[in-house]
Amino acid sequence: MDKIDIEIDGKMVQVDPGSMIIEAADEAGIVIPRFCYHKKLSIAANCRMCLVDVEKARKPLPACATPVTSGMIVRTKSQLAREAQKSVMEFLLINHPLDCPICDQGGECELQDVAMGYGDDVSRFTEGKRSVKDKDIGPLVSTDMTRCIHCTRCIRFGEEVAGLRELGATGRGEHMEVGTYVAKSVKSELSGNIIDLCPVGALTSKPFRFSARAWELQQRNSIAVHDCVGSNTQLHIRRNEVMRVVPQENEAINETWLSDRDRFSYVGLNSDDRLTQPMIRQKDQWIEVDWPTAFVAMKDALTACIEQHGPEQVAAIASPNSTVEEFYLLQKVLRGLGSNNVDHRLRQKNFDDQDEVGAYPGLECNLSELAHMDSILLLGSNIHHEQPILGHRVRKAARRGAQVLALNPLKFNYHFPLAAESVVPPAELCDRLAGIAKALMETQQAPEDAKKLLANTVVSETDKVMAQHLLQAERAIILLGTLAQHHSHAATIRRLSRLICQMANVDLGWLTDGANAQGAWLAGAIPHRGPANSSLTAQGVTAHDAFEKALKAYVLMNVEPNLDCADGRQARHALTSADMVIALSTFKDPLLMEMAHILLPITPYSETAGTYVNVMGEWQTARAVVTPQGEARPGWKVLRVMGNMFNLPGFEYTSQSSVLAELKEQLDNASSSGGLQWVCPESLPNADKGYLERITQWPLYRVDPLVRRSQPLQETTLQDAVGIYMHSDQAAKLNLKAGDVAHIEQQGTATLNVFIDERVPLGSVYVPAGYLETADLSGGSIVVRRDK
Amino acid sequence: MAYLLSAEVRAEIDKWLEKYPKDQKQSAVLTALHLAQEQNQGWLSEDVMDAVADYLDMPKIAVYEVASFYSMYELKPVGKHKIAVCTNISCMLRNSDQIVKHLEQRTGAKLNGTSEDGKFTLKEVECLGACVNAPMFQIGKEYYEKLTPEKVDEILDGLE
Ligand code: SF4
Ligand code: FES
Ligand code: FES
Repeated sequence: MDKIDIEIDGKMVQVDPGSMIIEAADEAGIVIPRFCYHKKLSIAANCRMCLVDVEKARKPLPACATPVTSGMIVRTKSQLAREAQKSVMEFLLINHPLDCPICDQGGECELQDVAMGYGDDVSRFTEGKRSVKDKDIGPLVSTDMTRCIHCTRCIRFGEEVAGLRELGATGRGEHMEVGTYVAKSVKSELSGNIIDLCPVGALTSKPFRFSARAWELQQRNSIAVHDCVGSNTQLHIRRNEVMRVVPQENEAINETWLSDRDRFSYVGLNSDDRLTQPMIRQKDQWIEVDWPTAFVAMKDALTACIEQHGPEQVAAIASPNSTVEEFYLLQKVLRGLGSNNVDHRLRQKNFDDQDEVGAYPGLECNLSELAHMDSILLLGSNIHHEQPILGHRVRKAARRGAQVLALNPLKFNYHFPLAAESVVPPAELCDRLAGIAKALMETQQAPEDAKKLLANTVVSETDKVMAQHLLQAERAIILLGTLAQHHSHAATIRRLSRLICQMANVDLGWLTDGANAQGAWLAGAIPHRGPANSSLTAQGVTAHDAFEKALKAYVLMNVEPNLDCADGRQARHALTSADMVIALSTFKDPLLMEMAHILLPITPYSETAGTYVNVMGEWQTARAVVTPQGEARPGWKVLRVMGNMFNLPGFEYTSQSSVLAELKEQLDNASSSGGLQWVCPESLPNADKGYLERITQWPLYRVDPLVRRSQPLQETTLQDAVGIYMHSDQAAKLNLKAGDVAHIEQQGTATLNVFIDERVPLGSVYVPAGYLETADLSGGSIVVRRDK
Repeated sequence: MAYLLSAEVRAEIDKWLEKYPKDQKQSAVLTALHLAQEQNQGWLSEDVMDAVADYLDMPKIAVYEVASFYSMYELKPVGKHKIAVCTNISCMLRNSDQIVKHLEQRTGAKLNGTSEDGKFTLKEVECLGACVNAPMFQIGKEYYEKLTPEKVDEILDGLE
């Protein structure tokens, strides 16, 4: 569409027809005061702060709700406009307590700023001001509702973005109050954004409250490290301490939003159990040592182990949140020592298709395209909890009219309607995918081997509906979530997904664990390929096999084996029976200390420069924003010295960027590898397991060592508490009821509270991972009985 | 939760729902709340409002917003008879103060309160549009106009 010309404050600007005066002014850099308007929310036009003088209009008009017309002449600073703006300001301040000195928003308050420009220096209001009781809406957001100016941004955010309408305006006129009406916590994984949205100090950050003033803080850019989106953040620093985290706008990634996990995980950075000194275990005593001693001990132990048992008895397992530089150097050290046993895929159980993956598992479209899909199949994904920002994108698509489909082992409460849904026990997931594929075969070309494989597949009605939606959609995508990727038949799931994608011509997206799985693949932190997808003469073993085989030595990087691995029990057994466990770690986890022999303190993301590659292949480098605590050092530096200790060639790096440059050069020279190709699985897994199956997933605030240490996040009611969840009919069969305590055996044992939960399909129980209480459970059949 | 609404109430709401587009069930919220209030001894408890929200596929808070906005909805228990007495300008000029005082005496309820025996609630309301016959009050769906203390006695005597 052609732009139209309008004049604002004597300046000619070209704007899109249909846009509002305020948008045009913003683009032209002309400031119009506002409270209720926010570019990402619908227009409410209720604060009236943005009144401007429009020629030929009979009275001042709200700039946020007045569409531009060709030849329009707008004055934002004429006498009429100024008077209108000043009057509105006066009204807004009538009931505002003006308690800036004790308000956390002071110094970064839109009301304060605008009042400076448009307010009077004395108040003419002598009557009593109203006051409003504060509400307790949970551990993340604190409220001072007397300060609320009823802009309704927080309410609109809930409805339009978070997809959960929890806040509202009750009462009217003088008695109007913003709140939840009934006392309850706000239950959204994006709730912290209302802190940023609130133009006054009515909604502020509870964990940050009263700890610093805005003007004492320095702002540094960074990257969020808990999901594969890589949201852009700003860390606010005071005296070498991260005081809080806020989003940095990046339209292509997180827009203006940030998930609560990314916003409040910083509390864990300063937890008491930071590892700040290298430590060595002597007999059963842990002693603190200096770095040279630790390095020598590490070298001697590993050398001895390799001499005795061979390098293939050494494995390195890294957290998927590590930086590209850490991944790269870790694999370089290990491969230098002669072992290919490097992996970051802590939670996967099945790797049969790893050779069929392209450069890395990721998203075949970019994030903004996600919102423009016509159909999306969520496969084993509670997307809001796994990837909150992507959940929002999918919801956007749904609001545009996309048909969202879900195939899951648990019934999730999405914030959008589903066009079709199958909830089946985990073992049946493959059958349903096979069903969808077979339904597609009716009209689409299919490979012969696939036809043979699905010969006996029975197609359900829902399978047909899903196939239809995928086929009819102009653009569609299948998103594989954690429940699909952690599945014991994950390879078959991925292969069938690929088959469906080929037949229906839709995209595929893997929503990987952690912040940097893509970086791990590219840097070679995988056992079957070197950096930049180079091929190897001998493949190493995967993380899962490395634990199953119980090797002699392990190098861990920010892994808490009990809580972070697919099979915590197996990991613990392997580590406790190993000769040598070297743990590079940010925290002093007591359980890790039971297994490790040498602890090397490495810094968290805020204290190191490092690069992350997100799910769409976007490389983002974050700088260190505070200096390391104690003797902790950036992982890449520690690994570089490790390389030096073993006299490995090519470890002369002087900076993080030289490490990155080396990898980038290899990538530039690498031949591009294709996408995941269809490879026919030998057979479909038998859906009838004949025993009770355990469904497991990591609740959103239990995914990594840092979030687990963020107390405010742990106090929210959003994540599934530790326990065993089952359908009421299943409970009846097991002779259990809500509130009972159940004894569970799955190789190991656990004693857990029983929750009745109709989301869980019959034939299975759901026991979340990431909790110590469930860390002893393993894989395979599960026995549940009432605890005596 | 829908069971909190009686079958009759639900049937009545359904009739209203037919008048609106299928995906805009919230259009029936005002009527639904009135019906629910009638069924629930004249007031809307949280669980009744939640039941309405569930029945109309609305967020609960959206129902609270509506219920707390209009003064015809009661958010606290009321007496058996709710007397909505107008004290707005026309009624005031025609001595509604006297009517209020008399009502307070007769019923034992304070204005905007409920009598101890739970029989009466007095509620001050703004103009109900019956100014020509001021002063007035409303009980249930009935308007009572041109009130005098004697007439009030008569009306109250007629109530169970
Ligand atoms: S709490 Fe803040 S964001 Fe919400 S309506 Fe009040 S002023 Fe606006
Ligand atoms: S910003 Fe325009 S009315 Fe509030
Ligand atoms: S003023 Fe009482 S009815 Fe109008």
